[in-house]
Amino acid sequence: MTVDNLINWFPFGTEWPVLTFVTAVIICALPVFLFIAVYALVAIYAELKISSFMQDKVGPMGQGVGLHAWKFGILQPVADALKLILKEDIIPDLADKKLFVMAPFVVFVGAFISFAALPFGQNIIIADMNIGIFYILAVGSLSVIGIILAGWSSNNKWSLYGGMRSAAQIISYEIPAGLSIISIVMLTGTLSMQGIIEFQSGTIWGVLPNWIIFNNPFSFIAFFIFFISGVAECNRTPFDIPEAESELVAGAFTEYSGMRYAFFFLSEYAEMFVISAIAVTAFLGGWNSPISGFMNSSGWGVFWFMLKSLSLIFLMIWFRWTLPRLRVDQLMSICWKVFLPFSLVNIFGVGIWSLLVG
Amino acid sequence: MGVIHGDLMTLNIGPQHPSTHGVLRLKVKTDGEIISEVEPIIGYLHRCFEKHCENVTYDQVIPYTDRCDYIASMNNNFGYAVTIEALMEIKVPERVEYIRIIVAELNRIASHLLALGTYGLDVGAFTPFLYMFRDRERILDLFETLCGARLLYNYIWVGGLSHDLPRDFVESVFSFLDYFEPKIEEYNELLTYNKIFIERTADIGVLPPEVAISFGVTGPNLRGSGVKWDIRKDDPYSIYDKFDYDIPIGAGEMGTVGDCWDRYYVRMVEMKESAKIIRQALKGLPAGDVHQALPKKIRPPKGSIYKRTESPRGDLAYYIVSDGSPIPYRLKMRSPAFTALSVLGEISQGWMMSDVIAILGSLDIVLGEIDR
Repeated sequence: MTVDNLINWFPFGTEWPVLTFVTAVIICALPVFLFIAVYALVAIYAELKISSFMQDKVGPMGQGVGLHAWKFGILQPVADALKLILKEDIIPDLADKKLFVMAPFVVFVGAFISFAALPFGQNIIIADMNIGIFYILAVGSLSVIGIILAGWSSNNKWSLYGGMRSAAQIISYEIPAGLSIISIVMLTGTLSMQGIIEFQSGTIWGVLPNWIIFNNPFSFIAFFIFFISGVAECNRTPFDIPEAESELVAGAFTEYSGMRYAFFFLSEYAEMFVISAIAVTAFLGGWNSPISGFMNSSGWGVFWFMLKSLSLIFLMIWFRWTLPRLRVDQLMSICWKVFLPFSLVNIFGVGIWSLLVG
Repeated sequence: MGVIHGDLMTLNIGPQHPSTHGVLRLKVKTDGEIISEVEPIIGYLHRCFEKHCENVTYDQVIPYTDRCDYIASMNNNFGYAVTIEALMEIKVPERVEYIRIIVAELNRIASHLLALGTYGLDVGAFTPFLYMFRDRERILDLFETLCGARLLYNYIWVGGLSHDLPRDFVESVFSFLDYFEPKIEEYNELLTYNKIFIERTADIGVLPPEVAISFGVTGPNLRGSGVKWDIRKDDPYSIYDKFDYDIPIGAGEMGTVGDCWDRYYVRMVEMKESAKIIRQALKGLPAGDVHQALPKKIRPPKGSIYKRTESPRGDLAYYIVSDGSPIPYRLKMRSPAFTALSVLGEISQGWMMSDVIAILGSLDIVLGEIDR
């Protein structure tokens, strides 16, 4: 299912091209939005439960009265979301109102439009562009603008600190992440998401799945560089410096409340999914089954893709509840002094490897 | 035209801020992330403790001492009771001395658990905080069986205790210690030797011993700087000289002597030593009456006294002037957290924003005691 198929399928496609295009895009965007909303609720519930497990507490258990009193508190995130929607929407008097209102949506759009190029299954992708992975990396950095806007427009020193830290952090970490993706592109010879996944079908020596992470030692390292940089781009612990609640109160989001705050929250979770999905696509075989020929039909593809992505999200949640937070300059020095040289060496390594072996 | 003169930004950390451990306000001058000046502004929690004490009888002061350092109320009670007893020259029964030391050391563990847990929170580690609160909870449960209160005990009275130990208390404390001592290893694995935690705390906020001494810093903060000074050993009160325990000092294991990590680690080791003291005291606990030396009416002779004790935060001292009436003429409390806070401006210059939070957390202040 792609936008192109949909446009061709419409009977009046040639008469009103603009109308057809807009209709097709909306039809594709709605399920994505629903998916993000449902996934975020599940992820929030999972985070509550996983953190409770790690911290020796019970988490939502369905105590008390109301929505969250249902089985095992499954509706706790729904109750949270409703609470955020019903809350008063406060805009500070001295804030730059237009930017303040815009910022959460800019952040969300960055995460949202990345979903257009995520290959959920063999045929389930909204737009299988020939520059898919490049497109995701490009639009993914939109969210930085939103966070800077939020930090600047709130007219609050904490927000400003948070915005500036986040700008420095996300832009820096995009470089190693991008460079490790380049090494993948060199290997596969394509920028298309489906193309990269198709490269990874089959097995190595009949045992290991032919995923890029197992392809050569350099891409093995590249996976870790990409994933850690990705965690940093999502502003998750140990890189949650922009919101660092013990230092900056809530960083760039200090002045936000209600639905606007919920959008920041939503886009954080959406971005986690995007990062995991890219990592799965580029390194872990996408929708390919880990055991060759086992449950490898196109329906199972969705299952494998989601399973792999959610495992990486679990890893991020695990990080968050285990590790302390880095300081802002340590974070930068790790990026520029460790990850960047390593990923540059990686590019050479992959190049030489594919020249000699591949 | 066209030249921009950079200026320092004044930033108020607090009084409402997640990491000021109470209502403390830090007036900070920053150049971007670098802090050039820190000025702690206190008094938001001032409750006229000393003036109150001039208007109530000696035994009515004890609930007020609870509310000074509300994290370690037992130690505050203890210090006050010891001071009045020294003024009145009362000798308390042996059993009372043992029970006092058991509860004071238990409270020291509880206090350090809170200090270390919130310190983890300050540097961004959420989970150790909950682990330590889980274990602190067991101490509070023990205290609840002891005197009915979980935080403000009013337990140690002049000349005795409010209640004797409840049934099975000794066994419960033993089983708590058996449970607790292995947990320290768990904290160490989770937080103390975590690479990121070491990066965040080692070599940060170094407090040189001579600066610490000149500011009057005491307790774990002073010992973190490598000075072996503990009132329990150096000016023993009660029966602390009967027990066998060590005074841990900072050794600069991960960086420089006197850095945040050392101050943190001294507290961690002190919990082990406290557990050692409690075990010895529980084994030697004699039978007897805890009310034996309780004076009918506390009316100290005319005169004054200054007596110090070792609270979890350091050298906690009371200066009491008595005019022979049942009401103190003047009561002054020397707060260890106050001197610890006074050194903050000295050691946090030039560090970054996040470091100042880490340094403040490592000093382990309680605003209830600073403002009194």
